[in-house]
Amino acid sequence: MTDVTLSGIRSIDPATDAAKARVKARYRAEARFRFYGLAAIGITAIFLVVVLTDIVMKGYPAFTQNVLQMKVYLDAAEIDPKGTRDVAEIRAADYQAIVRNALRAEFPDAQDRAARRQLDSILSSGASDYLRNRVVADPSLIGQTITVPVLMSSDGDLYFKGIGTKVVQTPGRGVATPSGTSGEIEIRSTADDFATTLALVKQTLTTQARNDAREAERLQGFAAKAEARRSELETQLVAARATNDAARIATLEPQLAGASDQANSLSARVKELRTEVAELEQRYQNATAPEPITDHMPSLLIAINGGVVKVADVSNDGIKGTTMVPLTSDQPAAAGSWQIVNYETPEASRRLNDRVVTWLNVLKDKGMVQSQFNWRFFSSGDSREPELAGIRGALVGSALTLLVTLVLCLPLGVAGAIYLEEFAPKTWWTEIIEVNINNLAAVPSIVFGLLGLAVFLNFFGLPRSAPVVGGLVLALLVLPTIIIASRAALRAVPPSIKEAALGVGASHQQAIFHHVLPLAMPGIMTGTIIGMAHALGETAPLLMIGMVAFIVETPTAITDASTVLPVQIFLWSDLPEIGFQARTAAAIMVLLGFLFIMNGTAIVLRKRFERRW
Amino acid sequence: MLAMDAMVKPAANAAVAADAAKPKVVARNVNVYYGEKHALKDVNVDIPERSVMAFIGPSGCGKSTFLRCINRMNDTIPIARVTGKIEIDDLDIYDKSLDVVQLRARVGMVFQKPNPFPKSIYENVAYGPRIHGMSRSKADLDEIVTSSLKRAGLFEEVKDRLSDSGTSLSGGQQQRLCIARAIAVGPEVILMDEPCSALDPIATARIEELIDELRQNFTIIIVTHSMQQAARVSQRTAFFHLGTLVEEGPTETVFTTPHDRRTQDYITGRFG
Repeated sequence: MTDVTLSGIRSIDPATDAAKARVKARYRAEARFRFYGLAAIGITAIFLVVVLTDIVMKGYPAFTQNVLQMKVYLDAAEIDPKGTRDVAEIRAADYQAIVRNALRAEFPDAQDRAARRQLDSILSSGASDYLRNRVVADPSLIGQTITVPVLMSSDGDLYFKGIGTKVVQTPGRGVATPSGTSGEIEIRSTADDFATTLALVKQTLTTQARNDAREAERLQGFAAKAEARRSELETQLVAARATNDAARIATLEPQLAGASDQANSLSARVKELRTEVAELEQRYQNATAPEPITDHMPSLLIAINGGVVKVADVSNDGIKGTTMVPLTSDQPAAAGSWQIVNYETPEASRRLNDRVVTWLNVLKDKGMVQSQFNWRFFSSGDSREPELAGIRGALVGSALTLLVTLVLCLPLGVAGAIYLEEFAPKTWWTEIIEVNINNLAAVPSIVFGLLGLAVFLNFFGLPRSAPVVGGLVLALLVLPTIIIASRAALRAVPPSIKEAALGVGASHQQAIFHHVLPLAMPGIMTGTIIGMAHALGETAPLLMIGMVAFIVETPTAITDASTVLPVQIFLWSDLPEIGFQARTAAAIMVLLGFLFIMNGTAIVLRKRFERRW
Repeated sequence: MLAMDAMVKPAANAAVAADAAKPKVVARNVNVYYGEKHALKDVNVDIPERSVMAFIGPSGCGKSTFLRCINRMNDTIPIARVTGKIEIDDLDIYDKSLDVVQLRARVGMVFQKPNPFPKSIYENVAYGPRIHGMSRSKADLDEIVTSSLKRAGLFEEVKDRLSDSGTSLSGGQQQRLCIARAIAVGPEVILMDEPCSALDPIATARIEELIDELRQNFTIIIVTHSMQQAARVSQRTAFFHLGTLVEEGPTETVFTTPHDRRTQDYITGRFG
């Protein structure tokens, strides 16, 4: 047979140019495809890294919390004036006032109302929670002085996390002599310590002058136009008067009045701006003249003789300003023993003014500021104050919701899958059910939310915002996923196992429950966990059933109003406070952590129980 | 043809004795349809008790289909339809009042590919007796498992590792485990669907020996592609071709003096 020549069969000659070109082209195509694949993976990885880094960078600060370690005197007269040591009485005492007073004691000069209010703003509204709990737990502390951690306000907390202003200190080169110890004082230095600052201030003058000049130029154009319109209207009015056209005169007169008003005001403004420019330029020319420091410039302060002076006017070798922290003496300070302090963010663009920043720095220098792990983030519910807000309520809400979902989904999904896969007669009716289950998996989740609103809330009258309804809605959402995954898992069990069971006289049901289902279980669990992870991250349908409310209490039952983690993230992301931005990112990190754990479990299950037949 | 004579020999004596016995399984006008396809046409056969019956024939001839009719395994295929009559001990197995699960306990089956449950060796054998409530105590069950494994010739090899997974055994051991599992429920008939096709020659030889031993107590029906195997283990042979039973008779007769031209062509290797 082999020696028979086959006619009509062509052979490939690999030596021809065409064949070589084909081989080359094939290699090129393969290399190209490999590059596309690599590029796709690379781009995806970059996006992922960027997103994760951003979240971690933003969320990381929320896991720590700055507190003030304060010495507090627990005055029996204030906490328990009747001396009954009654717990209710002790609990009702105004601990916030005690803490506030302790802080005021640190800054005895802050006496005016504004200063006191600013001082109070350093403390959180929940600053005294710890103290109250401690005293209630141990009333024998009353009458003693104890050191307690006091929670700072979000602004104060963020200042120490570097979200406030950058502080730059440079030691003074000359000998500085203050003119007093408090109030409005002058400090003169023997060197030109402030020359650079003055130069910078003068620099801003030119910038401002340039901007003003440009503005004047622009307005000048409008003024010219307004002027032209006025003269045109005047001519028209003269013409109208000549013809004695009363109606025309009546319309023109108010127009003329308006036009001339506009022209006048514009010219006035232009004149004003030009004077200002001239003035600024003159100030700039005079390089040594003192200049005021406005709140649109970086703040300048002098730390000298144990006090801090905020600079209002600066010249080459001296400043004028008000004391923020009183000086201990008005003795001259040697070179290097005093500091020029710069708060780089202008006061007008910060939430904390110079005074508060100065206090915070003083507190830090006293060693009272301490950064702790933010347990409160995990142990408290939502709050309007960023420093008090936590995710406990949302976590418990999520857990309860998922519990309801799991309890409903797993038995229903698995039973449905077994029935459809093993028992259902293959009729057009089951065919329709199967197609629809597959379609349900692709229905947008918000639709399930609307369904839940219409059916569970409005028709069955279940409680709004409750995990039970959330769980029901998510169960609807996840059920198709679980059924599809379970059916795939059941189908993956080789039929020989079922046949073997049937062969020894097991009934169909016994064969499935004793042999097929246990083998399919890892696959079913994987599908269920992935479905649950999907449910954990779901937000839209829960918005529809009112789980989007502001809820402080941690839910204790599935009928309590609650919120869930992704919805909490959604709520926080909407808030303007910077403190909530970090908390949003931190909550996302927690959510991602749970998702990673769940998916990891699914992978481990799959690997662990994977069988090959 | 010379080789064939030698192969037939070991079974020849027994064949005579089996002929005299009352048939265990009787099939009359059995037709099987898979949807539109007429897979098995008017099969009539008597299978004697305590003997080995071999079904041979080319692929797709219907021999496995017929085998699966005997324990109603075809019921699991939704589109399969069976007409005609199959009786085991004068009991119509397609009778509506008959419980298919009980039937399958009486008619065990061993499959082409060894398919032990992915459980321990012990559990593999104990499963059947347990679901049928055949044992009253743990000791009782141990006894059933041990004796089944012994009769399947596997006990000596696995007695120290009964708790190992059934899938950890070699192919031949797995198949013997499947046989042990089948005989543990005390069937009267054992169906074997090409039990040696996935095994090497040594494992095959052991299974064949085992079949010869089991013949003392069970009625065995074996489907095989190997004519040598049919000649070695069976007393009677049935040749199927294109859905019809062409010829059935004592193995020796079928292999040496077939009546039908197609049988002759098949066993001499002219097709198939």
